[in-house]
Amino acid sequence: MIAVDNLSKHFGQIKAVDGISFNVNEGENLILLGTSGCGKTTTLKMINRLIESTSGKITVNGKHIADTKPEELRRGIGYVLQNTGLFPHYTVAQNIAVVPQLLKWDKQRIETRTREMMDKLNLDHTYFNVFPGDLSGGQQQRVGLARALVADPPVLLMDEPFGALDPVTRANIRREFMELDELKRKTMVMVTHDVLEAFELGDRICLMDNGKIIQTGTPAELLFKPTNDFVREFLKEQRLLLEFRSIKLSDIWDLLPDKSNGEAVAINCNCSVWETLEAINESKESAITAANPLNGEAKTITFTQLLSTFHQYQNSVTA
Amino acid sequence: MNEGQQTLLDFMRQEQGKLAAQTLTHIGLTFISLLIAIAIGLPLGILIARKRKLSGIVLGTAGVFQTIPSIALLGFLIPAFGIGAKPAIFALLLYALLPIIRNTYTGITGVDAAIKEAAYGMGMSYSQVLFKVELPLAMPVILAGIRTATVINVGVATLASLIAAGGLGEFIFGGISLNNTNMILAGAIPAAMLAILFDFLLSRVQNIDLKKVRIGIKVIPVALFILACFYFVPSAYAGKLVAGFTPEFMGRRDGDLGLRDRYGLKIHTVVISDAVMYKAAYEKHLDVISGYSTDGRLKAFDLVVLNDDKQIFPPYYAAPIVSQEALRKFPDLEKTLNLLAGKIDDSTMTNLNYKVDYLHQSPEKVATDFLIAKGLYKQPRNGNVGTVRIGSKIFVEQYILASMYTTLIKGCTDYDVSTKTGLGGTQICFGALKNNEIDVYPEYTGTGLLVMLSVKPRIIDSLVTDKNKTYDYVSRQFDNQYHIKWLNPIGFNNTYALMMRKSQAEKLNIKTISDLKRYLESN
Repeated sequence: MIAVDNLSKHFGQIKAVDGISFNVNEGENLILLGTSGCGKTTTLKMINRLIESTSGKITVNGKHIADTKPEELRRGIGYVLQNTGLFPHYTVAQNIAVVPQLLKWDKQRIETRTREMMDKLNLDHTYFNVFPGDLSGGQQQRVGLARALVADPPVLLMDEPFGALDPVTRANIRREFMELDELKRKTMVMVTHDVLEAFELGDRICLMDNGKIIQTGTPAELLFKPTNDFVREFLKEQRLLLEFRSIKLSDIWDLLPDKSNGEAVAINCNCSVWETLEAINESKESAITAANPLNGEAKTITFTQLLSTFHQYQNSVTA
Repeated sequence: MNEGQQTLLDFMRQEQGKLAAQTLTHIGLTFISLLIAIAIGLPLGILIARKRKLSGIVLGTAGVFQTIPSIALLGFLIPAFGIGAKPAIFALLLYALLPIIRNTYTGITGVDAAIKEAAYGMGMSYSQVLFKVELPLAMPVILAGIRTATVINVGVATLASLIAAGGLGEFIFGGISLNNTNMILAGAIPAAMLAILFDFLLSRVQNIDLKKVRIGIKVIPVALFILACFYFVPSAYAGKLVAGFTPEFMGRRDGDLGLRDRYGLKIHTVVISDAVMYKAAYEKHLDVISGYSTDGRLKAFDLVVLNDDKQIFPPYYAAPIVSQEALRKFPDLEKTLNLLAGKIDDSTMTNLNYKVDYLHQSPEKVATDFLIAKGLYKQPRNGNVGTVRIGSKIFVEQYILASMYTTLIKGCTDYDVSTKTGLGGTQICFGALKNNEIDVYPEYTGTGLLVMLSVKPRIIDSLVTDKNKTYDYVSRQFDNQYHIKWLNPIGFNNTYALMMRKSQAEKLNIKTISDLKRYLESN
């Protein structure tokens, strides 16, 4: 869907982005992860031509972006900014309707779609004629997301969309956001410096440093097959948590003891180890029964069994 | 007419026609120039906000205009635009430009970068970002600039009256020349109220809801345009000849008031500064002007004096006036000053004035040359027995006379001299003499009679036909009332006069003021 080939951006002598290449498949969520100044935001903005590249090539849906007028290109790509970038002189409804207005939809269609988006993002309809300045930060970001999604663009670019929010609001909005059916079909590129967020939201992650991509891969690949010490160091602090979260029961299914006590199935094997541990911790029993819909098996797992199986798996993949 | 005892309200009621016309002209001048300034300043501000490299040059240039003193700027503009509304509007426009350009620039560059990025990111074009995002968000700042420009313009527009563009400055400068407080206030108070009113109205516009600003953008130009049209209301009933009178002449009995009372002269009149009046008549911007019969420019610009057949202009024989105290302090002073008595007649004085006004010789050189020719010149003695303070009003003839007296005193006595030339109009000079800030200055009998003494019209009528009666009456009254002595007359009569271009006067067969009236009333 998006193909980036040998892309560079130089600001004078500084190589902000230095010859990077990656692909984003249709429906995939790619995360550009890295520290401040690594070039991830510059890369993102080159995709909708807010920044023009120095050299290299980007195609979206097979079309070279340099061949499309910037305005037309951008109207077809959803864009979410870190600090919302809402227009303070437009109401919530007008803000959401910016792109449909530019695309010259008729009035009725714009209003219907705007209200639909407000419903989907849990924005009360009383906010329809309210100015963004009167909303909380979380609500503003919902409006920002609604604005990016309203014209149903196939591609969505997000620049630290949850970066300006407090941790609680951030977790809530992120969860709601990922549950939106609107997003299921979208090809997304998202910039973040938050490792946990990247691992939670990303199908694949591009870890960048100094304008270059250090490694591109699934969360598990980054964890268990780091290409160099930089990747290992980058993930070190939250490593255990990341592993718990990124390994699913299905990954370790075969290593789990093969027994069931016949109790009702509580969770599905698509859950991560972390979620399973939490579920066991919260339940009154010392074990929980998980089902694998692929082969119809059910297994009852205890806390210690799960941990030892996890270690076994860790050793097998890193070996 | 005893204006000193009128109240301000009486004055305003009596002059309500003029006041209304001046106010409308004032509003019109302010807003015509403002409208043009917006039409130029707004696009320029937008341009430099987009191309920031240009901002230094543009803001710098507009800033330079702002620093030119307003009277000087009007002076620069006369050669290019003549007199009247054009140079005034142009000058006001230059003053209004800076706040409008600067605030447009500041307003647009001040829009949050994230908002602009979002606008581009949503797919807005260059002009859509400008009109939908940047201008609406910059509007409060831009309006603040327009507000500043309006208040500046209301103030500077008072100076427009000096170049015949009208406005409330006519009363203000007339009042200053005549020391008529009511007249000054009748111009100054409405001007101040206009400034406050427009400032208030624009502040309301500025503070309305961001959303409604978009309606405001449509309403404001219309409102400005309507206000700008006010300028054309008073001039709608202009006559066939245009007269240009100085602010002082407008308020004097031996001036516009006398012309209206005694002759019944009704002529479309503009108020104009003495400095540009003659040239304006020569260049046919004006047809009739008030002037002085000995003015050198009379000769230079080929003008002719209309005969005052009903004698409203009293004799204006020049003589030095000295405080009694100074005469006691400097015993040789009277004798020395009288050396000049009877030495200069009308044509001599006109010629001396001509040399300064037109040949651009310095008043000092002209004075010295004259004294040498008359055998009155002596080398300065550099004495230091005391210092005589000589004053003069702010025109050439007075400079020449002050210079002659200086040379005479330095050459014939042991006194030193300090000069305070350019003491503005009559009242300022006379006030300085009364307050013992100067010892002597040249004054005219007519001015003494009509401006400084409150004389009943009946007595004036009996005096003005005879130059000696006037001199005797004035010197007696000054001695009694002010303890100021009139020394012997210098000889010439620098009376007020109406003048026209010689060619036009001949063509229309106008020789007297009564002829002028008849011509104006024909058709």
